[in-house]
Amino acid sequence: MAEEETTESISEEEVSEDLDPILAERISILENILSTYDISISSFLGEINIHIQKIDLLDILTILKNSPETLCNLFLCLSIVDYEDRFEAVYHLQSTTLNHRYVIKSSLDKDKPLISSCIGIWKGCDWYEREGHDLFGVVFEGHPNLSPLLLYEEFEGYPGRKDFPFNDYKEW
Amino acid sequence: MEINRMKPEPWTPKRDHKLSIPLIPTSNDNWETSDSLSSGNVPAQSLLQKSGAPGVITAKIDQLLALARTSSLWPLTFGLACCAIEMMSTYMGHHDLDRFGVTPWPSPRQADVMIVAGTVVKKMAKPIQLLYEQMPEPKWVIAMGSCATNGGPYYRSYSVVMGVDHIIPVDVYVPGCPPRPEALMEGILRLQEKIKQDARKNG
Amino acid sequence: MTNQQSLNSVDMLLNMGPQHPSTHGVFRMVLQIDGERVIDVDPYIGYLHRGSEKLSEGEQYAQIVTLFDRLDYLANFNNELVFCMAVEKLMEVEIPERAEYIRVILCELNRIASHFLFYGTMGMDAGASTPILYGFRDREKIQSVFESVSGARMMHNYFRIGGVKEDLPTDFFEKIYWLIDEIKKGVDQADSLLSFNEIFLNRTRNIGLINAEDAIDYGLTGPNLRASGVSYDLRKNDPYSIYERFDFDIPVGDRGDVWDRYFVRVQEIRESVKIIEQALKQIPDGEITANVRRIARPPEGDIFAHAENPRGDFGVYLVSDGSDKPYRLKIRPPSFCNLMALRHMMRNAYVSDAVMILGSIDIVLGEVDR
Repeated sequence: MAEEETTESISEEEVSEDLDPILAERISILENILSTYDISISSFLGEINIHIQKIDLLDILTILKNSPETLCNLFLCLSIVDYEDRFEAVYHLQSTTLNHRYVIKSSLDKDKPLISSCIGIWKGCDWYEREGHDLFGVVFEGHPNLSPLLLYEEFEGYPGRKDFPFNDYKEW
Repeated sequence: MEINRMKPEPWTPKRDHKLSIPLIPTSNDNWETSDSLSSGNVPAQSLLQKSGAPGVITAKIDQLLALARTSSLWPLTFGLACCAIEMMSTYMGHHDLDRFGVTPWPSPRQADVMIVAGTVVKKMAKPIQLLYEQMPEPKWVIAMGSCATNGGPYYRSYSVVMGVDHIIPVDVYVPGCPPRPEALMEGILRLQEKIKQDARKNG
Repeated sequence: MTNQQSLNSVDMLLNMGPQHPSTHGVFRMVLQIDGERVIDVDPYIGYLHRGSEKLSEGEQYAQIVTLFDRLDYLANFNNELVFCMAVEKLMEVEIPERAEYIRVILCELNRIASHFLFYGTMGMDAGASTPILYGFRDREKIQSVFESVSGARMMHNYFRIGGVKEDLPTDFFEKIYWLIDEIKKGVDQADSLLSFNEIFLNRTRNIGLINAEDAIDYGLTGPNLRASGVSYDLRKNDPYSIYERFDFDIPVGDRGDVWDRYFVRVQEIRESVKIIEQALKQIPDGEITANVRRIARPPEGDIFAHAENPRGDFGVYLVSDGSDKPYRLKIRPPSFCNLMALRHMMRNAYVSDAVMILGSIDIVLGEVDR
């Protein structure tokens, strides 16, 4: 389970003392830019995690890509994590000019995981979404082609999920 | 006097200079048993001639064909994963496989042996079967690496075939992860022995 | 374009199947061609999907290093480094200096070995049969040094969480000074053979162009991005380990064509040699592993760690729940993202250029499919 630690208010940790003012500044800039959305920002071990609602996903990602203080032009990674009560889609964005990295997390329903596709913003998230659909069964709305990428056509089940039997392998 | 056409004319040097090999022939008429040093420009006798054997070898056709097949095994270039890199290293200059007659060949229609190097995934099983059927007889298979032998480090995975012998018959297994180039060479030499042995037994 | 009005032609689908001498592994692409021109390309991957991510959820952290070795099987040390960095960051462990220097030297040597293989296969794709012999000759020398350090030529399993497994052998320094001389001679010879060869230039110049904006949009990283003109190298922009202490340049191309992607890698070999020479002067004596428990149990949390692999930006997203096995381990492979740009690069290419373009992206199917 993900642990959220805010290091802004705790100043006795020696490791993050010199990073604290820079991180705090970045967090306050983020709060300014994304003030109209229902988000919660935290920082853990030098990374900034932003928890958002999945309806605002496309707006927030567009703002992060285009606004001059963040300029996240490189889409690093999209991972889907299967917790007990929910799925979580974790986006990692990087800025090549400002050398920042942001982590955006949004929760999905366990029964019917559905989220909008960000293929209009970056073309580099195409195969990540196909892989998420293939291994976890998450449906990305707006993606033109969600055919299986890694598994063979007749495969049944979603192997990434925790309830896929782990040791139930077949020799052939 | 009858001229014996088998006996070559003695060659005399045009100029008279000292050579370590005397070129003036001696009076020895029986040229078949004389040394090359004394009878001029006559090639030395071969071992076959000296042994007194008749100039003919007999063998079973199967054994001859086996000898020919082992001396020029052409493997299909079929590198799947990490073992492919060690296979490529074996083909290259340092551990040369070309001295055994082994040349990688891209088309299955002209290949003799298929070296399955790497993990066999269930999605890849059908192409492997197709390629094996496209190879003409006689054909052999070497399973290189522990993934092709029995699944290897991916033994409990949902999408890996635990060994390529579930799909196609294998002749030689080469263990290792990845096997050293010397190990692959040993595998190919064992395959050559196996081919000759099969010809001896079944011929 | 051809005169379409007079001819009734139908596009042909050409399958460059999973078994092909120039697809660098089990990669399949279906080309839609009109004569010799490629109109569309449809890549199919998954022929090497071994389930590493799911398998690693059932193994302890020290056992996962062997799985990571086999992901990008040409840059074993770099993969192990990223995984160890992720776990060490989560556990907040300080690694001793000597271990850091050993890691950097071995990672840069592995980068050189990987680029030599790229050089060889690039020559072979273009039709030349000598460059691959040169590439493998130098690779064998590097692999003999690796064997003396870790015991294996390829899958080393040498990095541990907290440091490295054992110290360097006693004759390491003479071997490595010999090796550096051989690498310098080797790369000069390789360069003189292929880089400015007229036939190679004709085959690679202005082919497979991608400009900087599109490259970043597709998520390209590594030498492919640097060839398009973007000076982005994780060792300089977001330094990890001890890379701030070294002085090296980053080769950057201008056009983003196949030749730029090739030449950036050849220059990177020379830069890596500089890094190794500096590291050898600075390496201190000391311990080689931190004081961590044998069975690592990181605290709860999630972390993302990335590093500059020979192919790009290799990342690991690790979610831990406090036990000795990870809860979720997501691998961000550079070749997976670089391959998404293939379609864009192959517009208006000939079929023979398709082979060169695929070779210049330098993919390794082990990490594309995981």
